[in-house]
Amino acid sequence: MNKKQEHQLFPVEVLELKEISTGIFILSHKREDDFLAGQVIAITDEPKDQPRLYSIASGVNEKEVRILFNRVPRGRLTEKLVNLKRGDQIYVSRPFGKFTGTTEPAYWIAAGTGIAPFASMFYSNLANGKILIHGGRNLDSFYFKEDFLRVLGKNYIRCCSQEHAPGIFNGRLTSYLKLCNDLSKTHKYYLCGSAEMVVETRDILIEKGIPFSNIIAEIYF
Amino acid sequence: MKENLFGKTLAELQEIVLEEGMPVYTAKQIANWLYKKHISEIAEMQNISKENRLKLSEKFQLGLASPVKVQTSSDGTRKYLYATTAKKFIEAAYIPDKTRATLCVSSQIGCKMGCLFCMTGKQGFQGQLSAGEIVNQIHSLPEYDQLTNVVYMGMGEPFDNLDQVLKSLEILTSEWGYGWSPKRITVSTIGIIPSMQQFLSKSNAHLAISLHSPFEEDRKKIMPIENVYPLPELLEAIRNFEWGKQRRISFEYILFKDFNDSQKHVKELARILNGIKCRINLLRFHPIPGSPLKSPDEKDIVYFRDQLNAKGITTTIRASRGQDIFAACGLLSTKELQNNARSVDY
Repeated sequence: MNKKQEHQLFPVEVLELKEISTGIFILSHKREDDFLAGQVIAITDEPKDQPRLYSIASGVNEKEVRILFNRVPRGRLTEKLVNLKRGDQIYVSRPFGKFTGTTEPAYWIAAGTGIAPFASMFYSNLANGKILIHGGRNLDSFYFKEDFLRVLGKNYIRCCSQEHAPGIFNGRLTSYLKLCNDLSKTHKYYLCGSAEMVVETRDILIEKGIPFSNIIAEIYF
Repeated sequence: MKENLFGKTLAELQEIVLEEGMPVYTAKQIANWLYKKHISEIAEMQNISKENRLKLSEKFQLGLASPVKVQTSSDGTRKYLYATTAKKFIEAAYIPDKTRATLCVSSQIGCKMGCLFCMTGKQGFQGQLSAGEIVNQIHSLPEYDQLTNVVYMGMGEPFDNLDQVLKSLEILTSEWGYGWSPKRITVSTIGIIPSMQQFLSKSNAHLAISLHSPFEEDRKKIMPIENVYPLPELLEAIRNFEWGKQRRISFEYILFKDFNDSQKHVKELARILNGIKCRINLLRFHPIPGSPLKSPDEKDIVYFRDQLNAKGITTTIRASRGQDIFAACGLLSTKELQNNARSVDY
């Protein structure tokens, strides 16, 4: 496949749309292409419209491709996506991007739906040696938590900024990181979330002596 | 709240006048008042009937905004702060030189791209600018009459706000608008390929690419976009475009000490840009708070430039301007934003 084809859009049928938390949805379609865990696809409901990019949240060996998205109030695309039904047609690109998982030890740091590429890496059997730090506003923001808890155990750290619960750090993930004094300087740090989260987290890690070359960021846009 | 007329294209103005039952030629008259004259209220549109002016005023306002703050450098550079909606701020830097005067405009409030060396990135993304808010930075500039060039190199990534940027370019370059030659305008991007391709086909303005390293792995460390639209694909898209004789592409290259300033980088730049008719603008990095990147020595910048020129790539060093007022975009507005801060929760 050449690069031109990679960004071309083709129609696929929706398999399922599920609201997993208030305003948070998982949309799935049949997998047509191989991909690397952490890659993105471009999605639109109308080929003439500018597509939006979403990280794939499913594993590389699964039969379907899942994406995780939050409903953006008055958002051009998400307001349409939330009304899709099984069998409806959407347009997607082939998977692309280089924010991809490896087998080496690493920190995965995500806020909100920024968990998607790490979910893909997780479901692609790349969780060994990983520490996952996930930030969310509410207790229901920790998508896929049962699976993460089962496999990662103590290495799955949840930071909740607006609600309390035992075993969950109360505060933003950046507050949690500020309290960490034993962050490895040789691990890679993969960040995914909003620009604010990525920039603030990166600054904290650099301040803690992590070489910037070990910090790899994926941004939403 | 009344809608703004400023920032509307001729087609949009035609829709408005038809909806209001006015003759279609009124749209061109309104465009003339909006973009060719400096009026401060709809009532000044003298060749439009009083009745129609009143009709317009009931639903619309001009939508112009003067700068709220200015900082002046000892070298003549001026940084203007414009207020947008919801107490947010954007910057425009006016840079006079011997024969030209350039305005560096913002296309977004903040930025989503998260580049490691950028101050604007520190405030995250606050919102999109409308075409009117982009063009207003030019129109409401006190030195408007002296302006020779506009560069979209202020806050934000222009191709992350493509529709409004294209609309602003249409207003600036159309005969019914400002009637500027697109050759006076340069739009800069970090390389969002699909939007860049649309821009190239829909506008004739010049293009500048923020390059900063010829190596994918190094670029990835300082520019997250590399993970989505890698450099080889970006260069392929540039090579595949039919560049006319008039249209220019340049590469912006901020030099960071011991990161992207070696002979290895010169060699690789020459290799990857081979066959692309372009120039490189070298910029000295001015450290921002907390940045692990360092500023290079003057002699190293000159050496780097000479090496690239020797390889046949026209390379110039862009003079640092407005250092005493931190003219690099983002500092002034970040400060203002902090004064009105509402922390982002995640």
